[in-house]
This record gives sequence, C-alpha cells and structure tokens, in this order.
Amino acid sequence: MNALTRRGVALAAAAALLTAVAACSDDANTPPAEVPGVSATEILVGSHMPLTGPAAAGYSEIAPASKAYFDYVNANGGVHGRKINYKFLDDGYNPANTQTVVRKLVLEDKVFAILNGLGTPTHTGVLDFLKTNRVPDLFVASGSRSWDQPSKYPTTFGFNTDYTVEGKILATHIKATYAGKKVCFFGQDDDFGRDSLVGVEQVLGAGAVVAKEKYVTSNTNVAPQIGALKAAGCEVVVLATVPGFTALSMGTAARIGFKPQWVVSNVGSDYQTLAKTLGAGKVLLEGMIGVSNLPSPVDAADPWTAMFKKIHDQYNSAAPFNGNAVYGMSVAYLFVQSLQAAGKDLTREGLIAAVEKGGFKGPWYAPLRFSKDDHSGFGGHRLTKVSGDSQEFFGPVYETDSESGPVNEYGEQRPTPPANSIPSA
Amino acid sequence: MSILRNSTLLRHLALTLLAGVVLYLLTLQLEPFRNFQLATVAAYLCATAGLTVLVGLNGQLSLGHGALMAVGAYTVALSQNRLSDAGVTGNQVLPLSLALGVLVTMAAGAVIGLAAARLRGPYLAGVTLAVAIAVPAATVTFDEVFNSEQGLPVYVEPPPLSLGLYFPNERWQAWIALAGALLTMLLLANLVRSRIGRNLRAVRDDEVAARLAGIHLARTQVLAFVVSAACAGLGGGLMALLAQSVSPGAFSLTLSLFLLMAVVIGGLGSLSGAVWGALLLVALPDLTHDTTDWVTLSPEVAQRLEGNLPLAVFGLTLIVVMIAAPGGVQGLLRRLGALVRRRVPTR
Amino acid sequence: MDRFVFLTFDGLSKGAVLAAFALALVLIWRAARIVNFAQGAMAVAAAYAAYSVTSATGSYWLGFGAALAGGLLIGLVVERAVMRFVDHTSPLAEVIVALGLVLVFQALLGIFYGNEYLPTGTPFSRTALTAGGVPLLSRYDLFVFGAVLLVVVALALLFTRTPVGLRMRASAFAPEVSRLLGVNVGGMLTLGWALASAVGALAAMLVIPTELGLHPHAMDLVFVSAFTAAVVGGLDSPVGAVVGGLSVGLILSYVSGYLGSDVTPMAVLVLLLAVLLVRPGGLFSSTVARQV
Repeated sequence: MNALTRRGVALAAAAALLTAVAACSDDANTPPAEVPGVSATEILVGSHMPLTGPAAAGYSEIAPASKAYFDYVNANGGVHGRKINYKFLDDGYNPANTQTVVRKLVLEDKVFAILNGLGTPTHTGVLDFLKTNRVPDLFVASGSRSWDQPSKYPTTFGFNTDYTVEGKILATHIKATYAGKKVCFFGQDDDFGRDSLVGVEQVLGAGAVVAKEKYVTSNTNVAPQIGALKAAGCEVVVLATVPGFTALSMGTAARIGFKPQWVVSNVGSDYQTLAKTLGAGKVLLEGMIGVSNLPSPVDAADPWTAMFKKIHDQYNSAAPFNGNAVYGMSVAYLFVQSLQAAGKDLTREGLIAAVEKGGFKGPWYAPLRFSKDDHSGFGGHRLTKVSGDSQEFFGPVYETDSESGPVNEYGEQRPTPPANSIPSA
Repeated sequence: MSILRNSTLLRHLALTLLAGVVLYLLTLQLEPFRNFQLATVAAYLCATAGLTVLVGLNGQLSLGHGALMAVGAYTVALSQNRLSDAGVTGNQVLPLSLALGVLVTMAAGAVIGLAAARLRGPYLAGVTLAVAIAVPAATVTFDEVFNSEQGLPVYVEPPPLSLGLYFPNERWQAWIALAGALLTMLLLANLVRSRIGRNLRAVRDDEVAARLAGIHLARTQVLAFVVSAACAGLGGGLMALLAQSVSPGAFSLTLSLFLLMAVVIGGLGSLSGAVWGALLLVALPDLTHDTTDWVTLSPEVAQRLEGNLPLAVFGLTLIVVMIAAPGGVQGLLRRLGALVRRRVPTR
Repeated sequence: MDRFVFLTFDGLSKGAVLAAFALALVLIWRAARIVNFAQGAMAVAAAYAAYSVTSATGSYWLGFGAALAGGLLIGLVVERAVMRFVDHTSPLAEVIVALGLVLVFQALLGIFYGNEYLPTGTPFSRTALTAGGVPLLSRYDLFVFGAVLLVVVALALLFTRTPVGLRMRASAFAPEVSRLLGVNVGGMLTLGWALASAVGALAAMLVIPTELGLHPHAMDLVFVSAFTAAVVGGLDSPVGAVVGGLSVGLILSYVSGYLGSDVTPMAVLVLLLAVLLVRPGGLFSSTVARQV
C-alpha cells in the first residue's frame, strides 16, 4: 500500500465513524431548553476586561472590585439562595480578542448574562452576537450612546453617564462661572471626543468654542495641539481625555507656560489616578473641575464610601481603594439589585423586564434612566473640584438628556445604605 | 490510483474533497464555540498560508499582513453593508463581497510588493511595519467611511432557513470559512508545485542564479506579494463575517507579528506548517487561559497573574519551540516521521 | 512663523529621544546583524530597576546608574541564556525568539509591578526656555541632546579607534573567518548585546518621562518610531540614526501640528518610502543594498 492510499483508508474510516455518530444527533430543529448559567445554587455571569496591555491601567481594577462585592453577597446567603460566580476574561482591549472571549463565555461556559463589558470599540463588536443569542448585556462600561438602542439591541443596557450629557453639564458650569472667557476643547478622536463636543456646543452655542484639537492614543506627543490652544489664547479648556492623556496634556501645558482652567470629563478626572500618574507634578491638578456620579473614595464621611471600603478591606485589600474600586462595586450593587427585582424564578427575559422597570436607588447621585424605551445609564453628574490633596463635590446634581433638552438640577437625595449592605428588590 | 499519482491537480482535488468531507462531519459534532474556533482557524489559515508562500517560499519578510487582512475585512464590510442598503440581500452575495475583498487587497499587495522588490531584510521589515501601523490609523483619518476606532458593523445574513430554525450560526460560519480555507489551500498547493512555485524558490535561494536562469526577479517578487495579499484579504474578509464587525483595533501590529510567529512556529516553507500555525494562534491563548484556571492561588497572587501568566507562558513556548525545533512543528513532525520510518521498514 | 518655530523645537526634542533609542538598534545591528525586537521590552525592564532604586533611595542618579547597569546585565543574560542557542542560519528564528522575549518581559513586569502607569522624574526641569514668547527647549532637552551626542561619539570611537570595536565588527560580518583569526566571537557577541542593551536602557530613561509614564508597554510605540528612524538613517550608521531620529521627530511634530495627529502614521510611511526608494539602504548607507 502506498502512503496516499493508506492515508485515504484511515480518513475514510474516520469519516464513517463520524457519520455514524452524526446520525444520532439532531440539534438543528430543537430550541434550547432551561436557563443558561442558572442553577438552584449558582448564577454564572461573565465579562470582558483589559487586564493586560496599555489600556489595562486602572481598568484592570474594576472587575476584581465587582467580584469582591459579589463575594460579600455570597458569604451572606447570595441572591434568592444563589451565589454569584463572576468570570471575567482578559481581552487586552483588542476587539478581536473580545469576540473570542465573549463567545467562550456565552457558548462554552454558558453564562447567564454579560455584565459591565468594558470599552466602546471592544463591546460594539459583540452587540450583534449577544443579541442573536438573547444574552442580557448589562451595564456596559463606556459612555458611548450606542448602548441605548432598545429596538435594535433589546438586551443591551448602558451604565456610565453618556459623553454628550457630560459635555452639556460641563458647559453649563462654564457658562455660569467663566462667562466671557475663551473656551477651547481638546478631545480623543473617536466617539468619546465627538459626543462630548456635541454636548458642549449644545449648551454654549456652535461658534462659542474658539479652538478644537484632537489626539489619537497611538501618538503620545500632544505638544503641537496644546501649543495651538495656547496660541489661540484659550482660557478655559474642556478635556475629553483618558487619564493618561489628561496628565500628559497638563504636563505639556505646564512646560510651555500655558495655565488655563481645566474642565475634565468623568473618564479622565479621577484625582487618585491622575495624581499617581503625575507623581510630583500633581500640583498641576489644583483647581481642576471634573464631574462624577459615584461617591468619592476619599470621602470617609460618605456612608456609601464607608460601606464599600469595609467590603473592600475584607475581600480585595491588596488592590487600592480608588475610583475604579467604587465603580466596580457600584456596578455589582446595581446588578444584585436587578437580580433581586427579577425574582426567584430567574430567567433572561425576567431580568431584562426587571431592569426596564427601573427605579433603582443606590450610591449614585443622578438617577438611572432605565425604561422600556430607554436603555441608557445615568442621566447626570455632580461637579467636583480639586483643592489641596483632595477632590470634592460641589453644587447641585445636574440632570439632562442626550439631545437638546435643558440641563436641570436634580433634587432627590440618595438613600442611606441598607443595614446589611445588600440591596433588597 | 495511477491517475492520482501522475496528476498533481487531480491528487490535490481529491485530497481537498476528502478533507472537506471530514471537516463537514466534524462541524456536525462540535459544540458551537468549538465550531467558532474552527472557523477562526480557517480564516487565519488563509492568511498564514499566504504568508508562508511569501516568507517561506520567496524569502521576503512581511510585518504588515495584519494590515492586508484589514483591507480585505473593510472591503467585505463596506460591500456587505452597501449591498444590503441597496436591497440586495441573501447568502449568494457573500462570494461577491469576498471576491471584492480579495481583489482590493491584491491591489494593495501589488503596491507594497513594488516597493518591496527593491528592498531587503530590515529595510523591507521597516516598510511593512510602517504599513501595519498606517492602515489601521487611516480608519481614523477617513472616519466618515470607516467610522474611526469604533469600526463598522458587518451585515451578515443568518443561515438559510432550509437548514432548520435553530441551526447553530457558528456551524454555518465554520462552513463558510472552511470553504474559503480549502479553496485557498488547493490553489496554493497547485501554485507551489507549478513553474511559478519553482521560480519563487529559485529567487529565494540565489538571486543571481535565478536571474541567470532567466527569471525576472522583481516580477516574481511582486507576484509573490500579490498572491500572499490575496490570501490575507480572503482571511480578513472571513474574519469580518465571523465577527460581524470590523474595527482597527482588531488588525493592529500585534496581529501582524502574531501571524509571523504562527508561520515560523508552524514551520516555514510548507503549507502544512501554515495549518499548524493557524491552529496554534487559536489554541495557545485558549490553552494557557485554562492553565491559570487549574492553579488555585491566594486572590492577591491570582490577580497579579490574571492575564499576565498566559502571556508569559505563550512567550516561553515560542522561545522554547524556536530553540528546540528551529524547523517549527512541521519540521519536528518530519524528523519524527523519518525516525519512525527508519525503525519500521516498509515493503 | 511662531508656530513653525515652536513645532520645529518640539520636533527636535522629540527626535532626540528617538535618536537615542535608534542608536541602540544600530549598535546591536552592527554587533550581531539582527534587529532586536525585544530591545524596547529589555529597556523597560531596566527602567523599572531604576524606578525601584530611585524609590528606595530617593536619588535620581542612583536610579540612572542602576538602569545602565541593569541594561548591561539584561543584555548579557539574554545573549548568554537565550540568543546563543537560537539557530543563526535563519534570521527569522531570532526575530521570533525576540518577540517571545517581549511577551515574557512584559508579562513578568506586569506581574511584579502591576499594569499601572508609574510616574518617573527628570533630573532637570522640563519647562521650556522661551525666546520672544515662543517656548523653545528645556534644560532637560539639552541634557538629552548631550547624552545622545556622547553616545554617538563613544560609538564612533569604539568602532573605529579601538581593537575591541574592530573585533566586534569583524565577528558580526564574518564570524567564521574571525574565529580562525583568533577573535573570541562568542565574547564579542555578548559584549555587543550588553552594550546595546545599556544604550537602550539609557534611551528608555530619557524617553519615558516624556511619555505617559512607566508601564510594561511604555516602549512599544517608541520602538516602532525608533526602528523607522534607524531604517531611514541606515542601520549601519550611528550618524544615520541621529539624523533619522531627528527627521522622524520633526515629521511627527509638523504633521501633528498642521494636519492632525491621526495622519502621522501615514506621514511616517511616506517618509520611509521616499527615502528607501531612492536609497534602499537608508540615507547613510555606504553601499547600495541591492540592484534590480
């Protein structure tokens, strides 16, 4: 027998064997039964996060913080008797990896839901897949407006205040406080910068922004742009930047003797992150205006911060307690709340319905907007200011929509944390 | 049997058909996620096979094949979306989009190839590296067409209803990707055995001798680039269909470097090496991920290792394989095969 | 005009740090005939050593010394423990092993130091001195220029005026013949790796404070720009590396300033093609690399 025929016979034998087995299975016409990822004792939830690579800085702390909160809930009886098993996989902020890890979670691990998947370009790529498989896709970690498309993506829900709302609130503060000053804008060259600028111009008027500059994350020299802002005589600069580029912009401006008032988006204004990046240069942050919607990690007097800090120290003490930790735990808090609301007979449809019913109260200042035809996350922010070595809230909570609606003050107070730190329905 | 032995084309056709049947049966058995991985292997295989022809057979280095895949992927995305906007839908438009993707990438390959034919070693590496960076960046510059970092969704028809209401989408994807990969392998296998294939190798081995034998150097090298680009374009197009989306982040320099690692680890110079390379690209990250699951550690240590350990294991594997088996997996298998054959005399 | 002057000086100061790293690539190319893709990751490891020393002692210069020593050591270990065993008949094997090293280095740094950006200080002020209201160069930029000049001169002296330099070049060009002539080829290779790695570490110390901060991936983008710079200048020429570095720095600054920062990768590609199509071996190549 020559090599070719030998190989052929072997393959034919294998083929015959496979056909025999194939005849026994017919899964093409039967719908899948039972609820994936839910058993009597456990709920399996998945997520994709950058844990390695350049984008992992800061973000890699979010999922462990969420997990710490789930660990606490599990140790106290879980939700309706079920423990939450949170499985987050590294995608390195690479959309191609996100495709694979999300499919692994949904198809192989059979997770019940995807929670807090991080990043606009990464998560955008899996929207269609999650929709086709009817997987609840809750509280995406990005302020893009893409998550709010209930008719197109009925299972996807946002979390972060979107960038346009943020821009409108920052601009409202500018209009009230720095009237008559030259306002400029420096933003990331994607939907983050674009949506933010739309919000700013919505409030200030289209011609009011004197100079607009952009950057891409792959080019770390921002001196040409900052130089142009200086040359344009800018007095107030709105930054729609990630933390690294906030620090870089401020450092570059200081080098060339440019000292405007910085007004920074939520993503790029966490004081602890910036101070760590700037090191000795953190004095540049003095007076920086930012926005936030979650309790400040340094404000020990805040009852919610105290509650999270206690859980953090018990379950996640190796990690720093900062804005990312508070963010991760707030997401987890909201998820537990949603599960409580979905009831004991947990189904994917039930969970979606519970989130759409809305009305969740928690550590956040501005309200969540969830309803049947609104899947966007928070609708507002509160302003923050850096003074000395701390960042403090000031003024009212603002609330607005992503379109041309007015920016209103939101009067309702936050509730006090539940005694056992676990939300009821 | 004698016809098969004498005609390369028929032999390759028979083998392809056989492989097709076996893979078809395999897709019926696999779980959806495994089918998706199989489809991904098939899409990568198109690109790695093309890269093997360029690097292994023709001796030209490319650090920019990820960018060529991006060209194919974006062409397929734009074509699918425009056609569906124009009301032309259905699975029959898929081959049309893929063919367009291949054509456009061939054109891009020809341009790079023309420049490459004048360059050698690190200088060629430099140019292809710049291509790998510039192409994804172009999606930001021309964002009204390519929509910047966020990328484009790709309109893909669900599997035909005739297959059943609950037919797993991943199996359908695997069929499409495998069909593309088998076609690529069939065509490349014939090309390698043809006169063109011999010319490619002659240029790689000794440029002066090849020129003396009447081979046009530049033309041969450009041709190698075009063929290789066509395969990369098909691979990229298939990737776009599998992911139902395209974005620059998915076709970064990292992808280009990983493709090169894959073909070298698989074994340069033979198409079977490209198969091993494509398999490794999908299997290694998955395997190393699962390894971290076995080890139970304190949460502090686990958090530090999360994500990083798989990378370290992957890197170490690369180094060890390259040192222990410079011929890659295929070279290792050939050595093992030779060893076995010496032990067991055949009649 | 002010804008042009500002961009020119910005480009020069950016270009100087790229030139420093391009010099490391030229050195390893001269000593071992390979493009070391792990150069960036090795340099970052040395910079982390400097970070640890500076945090512990509070002295920038002790950290600086630690980076150079660490660079030497890393180069030595990488050559002795890894590169020596790689099949040298195929240039691709070395490229792939270097890429493997990048993954290992970055993963280990991520495990030990975490994935956060760490602040790094500079020994001199980075506040630009101004002339007529236009910011020009800072004291730190002058320090960088001085360091680059020093390395260029030292390399030129090493390769043209010392017997060791001659042996290094001989070993790289014709290892077999050199061995027959009694040159310790293995030793020369180790020395080349150690020196190149130390220059890389120096470059990392100069570059990182001007970027986002210390991070396992801090040198990824710098590597790409510096490699481009080295190729533009001609991999064999230290002067070429400096000219290449400065031209890439200037192009990046002008294009960012006048066209937008997203256009820079395309501008770099155009620059490379323009130079290499006229001179396939880079600006300062001594021989024509290849005729068609």
